[in-house]
Amino acid sequence: MDFTQIVPAMPALWEGMLLTLKMLVLAVSGGVALGTVLALMRLSSNPLLSGLAKTYVNYFRSIPLLLVITWFYLAVPMLLNWITGTFVSVGAFTSCLVAFMMFEAAYYCEIVRAGIQSIPRGQLHAAYAVGMTYGQAMRLIILPQAFRKMMPLLLQQSVILFQDTSLVYAVGLMDFLNTARSKGDIVGLPHEFLIFAGAVYFVISFGASTLVKRLQKRLAV
Amino acid sequence: MSMISIKNVSKWYGEFQVLTDCTTKVSKGEVVVVCGPSGSGKSTLIKTVNALEPFQKGEIFVDGISVGDAKTDLPKLRARIGMVFQNFELFPHLSITENLTIAQQRVLGRSLDEAMQKGMHYLDRVGLKAHAGKFPGQLSGGQQQRVAIARALAMDPIAMLFDEPTSALDPEMVNEVLDVMVELAQEGMTMMCVTHEMGFARKVANRVIFMDRGHIVEDCSKDEFFGNPDARSERAKQFLSKILQH
Repeated sequence: MDFTQIVPAMPALWEGMLLTLKMLVLAVSGGVALGTVLALMRLSSNPLLSGLAKTYVNYFRSIPLLLVITWFYLAVPMLLNWITGTFVSVGAFTSCLVAFMMFEAAYYCEIVRAGIQSIPRGQLHAAYAVGMTYGQAMRLIILPQAFRKMMPLLLQQSVILFQDTSLVYAVGLMDFLNTARSKGDIVGLPHEFLIFAGAVYFVISFGASTLVKRLQKRLAV
Repeated sequence: MSMISIKNVSKWYGEFQVLTDCTTKVSKGEVVVVCGPSGSGKSTLIKTVNALEPFQKGEIFVDGISVGDAKTDLPKLRARIGMVFQNFELFPHLSITENLTIAQQRVLGRSLDEAMQKGMHYLDRVGLKAHAGKFPGQLSGGQQQRVAIARALAMDPIAMLFDEPTSALDPEMVNEVLDVMVELAQEGMTMMCVTHEMGFARKVANRVIFMDRGHIVEDCSKDEFFGNPDARSERAKQFLSKILQH
């Protein structure tokens, strides 16, 4: 075992980690936003809206993430081409980002829905009683309380997504894992590089999970 | 002129009828107490007045505006009617100050200065100015309910609805809330109160409504209600004998 060769590869590995983190942050932001919209649709009394959201969630929760990533890599450019009428190249990063956002939104939707449902109905009534519209009541009263309650679950789901971002190797993106794999192959030390990558994923994921558990305890009080 | 007028209102939850042909009104400056056993529909009735509960039949007018009309701007109408809930329903993620100002700013479009001034004025009136920076969870039930009353008053309502404002309180805190309500009544606020506090009713009510199984069984002046018990319906007599025994 020779781990010294990892040192010269550090700049490339760091680049890979930046891509991983950029993908994570954007996918979580987009996924939570879309998931919140889906949750509001699902809780709507309009059967069309709630049916649409339900179908969406059930569909994306029933297919593999890897399938979505590879499929969107082919489908997103085609779709944009169809909408705009001109050929646009979106690149692997964007198509992966859209895939993650749409896939994770299904999971975030269920978390946000449970969060909203955990806020007593009287809060909505109180918001209405002072003259707030549905939008104001959600934005100012219900969602801030719900997000606080579901923060640990949202973070936990994001830790899972952090690991799942490594699936971008399927469309050739050089994220942290893919960079480690390729650098290891080049210098002929695949084991060392993969062990190192595993350690990095473990430290970040486990550390984040521990923080989430602590946060959970503090919020519970 | 009647501020709140309820005409032949009926409401169903699926097959179950919770309100049957309810008709009554509250005039400007009048204090009306609604009482009755649990499940009689009194809370449901008061919540139909600001459309927190929809109803299927009948009409309700508040200051001449139809509550049931689909074209009515409900948020705008609700902003003019104050409501106080059994479980206070202060917004727990906001400070007391923010609880008092958020709707003034976001709904009425008042400036922060104006909203603060108004909010602090009413917080002072309910005797809690010193608690402005705290959060609802740091206050006792009685204090929270007084803040809830101040929150409603800060909107300059034309009428106030109270839905069992003291029934979730520890006995020692009931009076501090009732005192605020009595003062309000004496100042001429139009009030509709669902409550079992008969002492409050005797002191300030103009009329008493008694409900049972979704019907308005009695609707008469306070003097008639308390002073002439023999003329009351069997159900009301039974109810009164139970709650006035002690």
